[in-house]
Amino acid sequence: MITLTHLYILAGLFFAAVAVFSAIDPSNPKRFRTAVFWGLLAISFLFGSLIGDLANGLLALGLAVLATWGLGQGKARTTSTDERRASAEKRGNLLFLPALIIPAIALLGTLAAQNTPIGAALMEQKNATLISLILGVVIALAVIMIWLKPPLISPLQEGRRLIDAVGWAAILPQMLASLGAVFLAAGVGDQVGKLFADYIPLDSRLAAVAAYCIGMALFTIFMGNAFAAFPVMTAAVGLPIIVMQFGGDPATVCAIGMLAGFCGTLMTPMAANFNVVPANLLELPDRKAALNGVIRAQIPTALPLLAVNIVLMLVLAFPK
Amino acid sequence: MLVLLGIAVVVFGFLVRANPLLVVMSAAIVTGLAAAWTPAADLQTMWQAGVDTLALFGKAFNDSRFISLVWLVLIAIGLLERCGLQERARMVIAKIPAATAAGVMWVYFVMRQILSALGLTSLGGHAQMVRPLVAPMAEGAAEAKHGPLPDRERYLIRSHAAAADNIGLFFGEDIFIAIGSILLMVGFLEQNGISVSPLQLSVWAIPTAIAAFLIHSLRLWLLDRHLKRTLGAVPAEAPQ
Repeated sequence: MITLTHLYILAGLFFAAVAVFSAIDPSNPKRFRTAVFWGLLAISFLFGSLIGDLANGLLALGLAVLATWGLGQGKARTTSTDERRASAEKRGNLLFLPALIIPAIALLGTLAAQNTPIGAALMEQKNATLISLILGVVIALAVIMIWLKPPLISPLQEGRRLIDAVGWAAILPQMLASLGAVFLAAGVGDQVGKLFADYIPLDSRLAAVAAYCIGMALFTIFMGNAFAAFPVMTAAVGLPIIVMQFGGDPATVCAIGMLAGFCGTLMTPMAANFNVVPANLLELPDRKAALNGVIRAQIPTALPLLAVNIVLMLVLAFPK
Repeated sequence: MLVLLGIAVVVFGFLVRANPLLVVMSAAIVTGLAAAWTPAADLQTMWQAGVDTLALFGKAFNDSRFISLVWLVLIAIGLLERCGLQERARMVIAKIPAATAAGVMWVYFVMRQILSALGLTSLGGHAQMVRPLVAPMAEGAAEAKHGPLPDRERYLIRSHAAAADNIGLFFGEDIFIAIGSILLMVGFLEQNGISVSPLQLSVWAIPTAIAAFLIHSLRLWLLDRHLKRTLGAVPAEAPQ
């Protein structure tokens, strides 16, 4: 049976390969820091469950310090634009097929694990989606290797090229989830919830849902990231009031609440990579303004969509 | 009330543009220290609270590793890029007759939303698609229709090209079952003793995705009307 542990080993080996390739890549001006960063992540994936909590905490601290110090980007060996164009001409739209294998297997595998005995025997039920996703990646890789016959080392080099481009941001979601755990233990959500309860009457479904959705959007505007707002607002209003008190469905409440937060992302200069980076790339004259052209273009979509999310949550989260 | 200091650290960190990983780490430690602080607390108690917080963070970090498994997808996507996947996507877009500026952006917006819903979020983006492709094509379409563009309208079109990318991405990606935000929700709910599968969460992203599609399609239609009204038709070409 395939479990998460197997996937962690796979990911650990990938990150270890990225570390080794980074270390021996002279075109990366900060190659050793970069190698240590991915190496630490490899240790976390391979041995994280053996080294104890404090060591894991120190490891996370190390990753944060290295990221602040600055990672570099190497030059993985890859094809030229001309070669790619020629390949695209030659293979046509068939090139999209391996890319579509991944979501298809992820979906089919999830359904198979839940509904067929073979699927249930093959993988851990609880993590069927992730296991199927990685299974999809492995199958897509096999198809590409057999069909297009790239050099054997190229999957790791291409993977490094892309993970290098993502950089330290790759572990931001995992770090934010961990921050959520610390917030939970310290009762941050309770405190924010108390603030809400003291100043806003949450005595009806509408008031609670509106406070949660608008709160998600506002918090995201301040924090620049819906991922950071989600654990706080959901622990403060989403779970205790909408789910526990009014009987809302937790999956629906969370899914729509997160999207309400995304409406906030569209309206804030704090979400730099979505709203400030493109303004720079497109050389907008007002790129340094708090409300630059990109944000102004997005607000008229974000506000009605926020209202729609409130209505959707009211209608969909309370089946009966 | 003191534990809210952690949130203040996050806001301050983003304001001064510090590295987000460091901001998150600092916010965690400040929160842990603030929770342990009493007027009577001595240095040793606080040191112990700091160590405990680091260990708590480490345990959560280790338990949340599944969130970062998603990056294994990059191996397959990178390999396909090597074989010309992005170039092929460009060829497909370029074949669509570029009728109007908003039309070009609408086609891109729809493709971005659908591809994101399939987990192909890396097939797009401001550096890869918007600057080299979508914005120039939209500007080109407007110029063909209305003649040379005044700065105001040129920048308006460029802003909308970036907006189309963001909105398509945000309200498409959550339909895919293995994207970071879905996994964050699964992890958060699990820590609160509620077990849901990613599929349960992702289906509830569909209604909002449809609403986003309708609202933004309307906005782009209005943009074309606005451009037509302010710029008028292309000035008749001077006889040769």
